Amino acid sequence: MLQKLFARPDESGETRHRRYKAVALWTLLALALIWTLFNLRAIGGAFAEFGTYLGYKFIQRALVVGALVSLCASLLGVTLVLKHYSMIGDGLSHVGFGSLTIAMALGFVTADSLPAFLPAGLRGGITALCKGIAANPMPFTLVVVVLCAFLLLRISERSRMRGDSAIALISTSALAAGVIVTSMTSGMNVDVYNYMFGSILAMSASDVYVSLALSAVVLVLFVLFYPRIFAVTFDEAFARATGVKAGAYNMLIALLTALTVVVGMRMMGTLLISSLIIFPALSSMRLFSRFKAVTVCAAIVSVVCFAVGMLLSCVYSLPTGAGIVAVNLFVFILFSAIGAVRA
Amino acid sequence: MALIAMKDVTIAFEGVVAVERVSFQVNPGDYLVIVGENGSGKSTLMRAMLGLVRPRGGSITYGDGLTRERIGYLPQQTAAQRDFPASVEEVVLSGCVNRMGRRFFYNRADRSKAEANMALLDVTRLKKKSYRTLSGGQQQRTLLARALCATDTLLLLDEPVTGLDPAAAAEFYDVIRSLNRKHGVAVVMVSHDLGGAMRDANRVLVMNRGMDFFGDVEEYRTGFAERTVEARG
Repeated sequence: MLQKLFARPDESGETRHRRYKAVALWTLLALALIWTLFNLRAIGGAFAEFGTYLGYKFIQRALVVGALVSLCASLLGVTLVLKHYSMIGDGLSHVGFGSLTIAMALGFVTADSLPAFLPAGLRGGITALCKGIAANPMPFTLVVVVLCAFLLLRISERSRMRGDSAIALISTSALAAGVIVTSMTSGMNVDVYNYMFGSILAMSASDVYVSLALSAVVLVLFVLFYPRIFAVTFDEAFARATGVKAGAYNMLIALLTALTVVVGMRMMGTLLISSLIIFPALSSMRLFSRFKAVTVCAAIVSVVCFAVGMLLSCVYSLPTGAGIVAVNLFVFILFSAIGAVRA
Repeated sequence: MALIAMKDVTIAFEGVVAVERVSFQVNPGDYLVIVGENGSGKSTLMRAMLGLVRPRGGSITYGDGLTRERIGYLPQQTAAQRDFPASVEEVVLSGCVNRMGRRFFYNRADRSKAEANMALLDVTRLKKKSYRTLSGGQQQRTLLARALCATDTLLLLDEPVTGLDPAAAAEFYDVIRSLNRKHGVAVVMVSHDLGGAMRDANRVLVMNRGMDFFGDVEEYRTGFAERTVEARG
C-alpha cells in the first residue's frame, strides 16, 4: 500500500485518484498514532482503572455475558443481514421490552381487581401466577419473544404487506403497549429506564449460566450446520430444490436470535441490542468478500468492540449499551474508509 | 425410462390456475426448451418439477435413478445475490449440500467434484475471487458449476441468459450444448430467447397456461410455428 504514496510521472487519472485515497488513509492513521503517543499516560491510566474494576463480581459477570452474547449476535447477524432480515432483530427487541414491562406490571394485579364473577379460588390462582411472573419476568419474556420471532419470520417470508413495514408495525405497537402499561402502573422508574438503555448492573449469576448455555448452543449449531446455513443464506430456492429444509433453518435462526436478544437486552438495552446483530456483519462486509472471512471477522469485531465499549463505559461512566454502539460505529466508519481505499 | 414424467399437472395459487393439465416427459440426453409469454406458467412449471410448489392435480414421477434432490437447478438471480460476499469456490461447493446426507461437513469427494466442475466451466482461475465482482456471464458459469455439483443427469435452467450481453449469451449456449452433447446431461431450459434457445434443443414445449405444443424441434418448425403465424394473420 505504501508505494501508492509516491507519484509516478506517467500515472493515469485513476491511479492518481487511488494515491490520494491512500494518502488520506495513511494521514489519518499517522494522526491517530501521534494522538495515541501524546496520550499514552491517559490511556494507560484508563486500562489501570479498568483493571481495578475487573475485581468486581458484577463487572466480571457483565464481561462474560456480554462477550458471549456479542459473539452469538454477530454470527447470527451475518445470516440475518444477508437475508435482509435485520429488521427482525430490531422488532424482537421492541417486543422484548413490551413483554418485560407487561410482566412487571402483572405484579400490580390483586384478587380484587379481577372480575367479580370468577370464583375466588381462580382469582387467587391468577393473582399468584401474575405475582410469580412479575417476580421473575425472564421466562415469560422469553416465551413471548420466541413466539414473535416465528411470527415475524412468517411475515417476512410470505406476507402480502411488505415485510419490513409489517415488522415496524408490530415492533412499535409492542413498544407503545409497554410504555402505556408502564405509565398506568409503576410509572417511568429506574427499572424501566434500564430496560430501555441497558445497565451494567443488571446481570445476575443465572444470566451467566443462561448465556453460557446459549452461546454454546449457537456456536455448536453454527459450526455443524455451516455448509447448509451458507446454502440457505446464499440461495434459498436452490437449497430447497436440493432437499435442504430451508424453512427449518430459518426457524432455527429466528429462535436463536430471539434467545440472544432476550439474554442481551438488559445489558445493552432493548433499543440498542439489535446493533450487536447488525454492526459487526456490516463492518466486516466492508473489508472482506468471502463468507467465511466475513463470519470470522464479524465475530472478532463484535467481541473486541464489546470489550472496548465496556472499558470506556467503566472508566468514563458512559451508559454501557450506548458506548458499545459508539465503538461499533467507529469501527464501521474505519472499515468503510479502508474498504474504499482498497477498492 | 423417463427422468421426469409429468402427467396432467395442474397448479393453482389462491384460486388462479397458473398451469393447467400439462403432460410431458424428459428422457436422458434430452434438451428441452420451454417457451411462452410472460405469465404463461413456464417458471411455475419448472418450480413444480423441483418440488418447490405442490401441484393441485396430476402426478410428477422421477425415474431412471433420479430423485428430486439430485436435479441441478439454475435459478433466476435475485438482487440480494449479486452483492453477496462469497468466493466462487464457496458458491460452487454449496452445490454439494445434497450429497452430504447426514454428514455435517464437505468431504474430499465433494471438494474434488467442485474442483472438477470449476475446471469444466472455466472458472478455476476465479476460485478465490468474490462472486459479486464477477461479470454476468462469469456469475452464470459459477452457478452452473454449482448446479453440476448437485447432479450429473438433469439440469433445470430458469431464464439463464436474461441480463447477459449477446456475446456472453452465445458463450453460455455453447457451454450448455457441450454439457448436453459431450457429457450427456439432460437439459430443461425456460427461455424468452426463442431463437438462441431453440438452436441446440431437440424438444420444445410451448406453454400458454395449458400446453400449446410439445414435440420435436423439427416438428415445431415445420408445423406449429407456421400455423401460429397464420392464425395471428
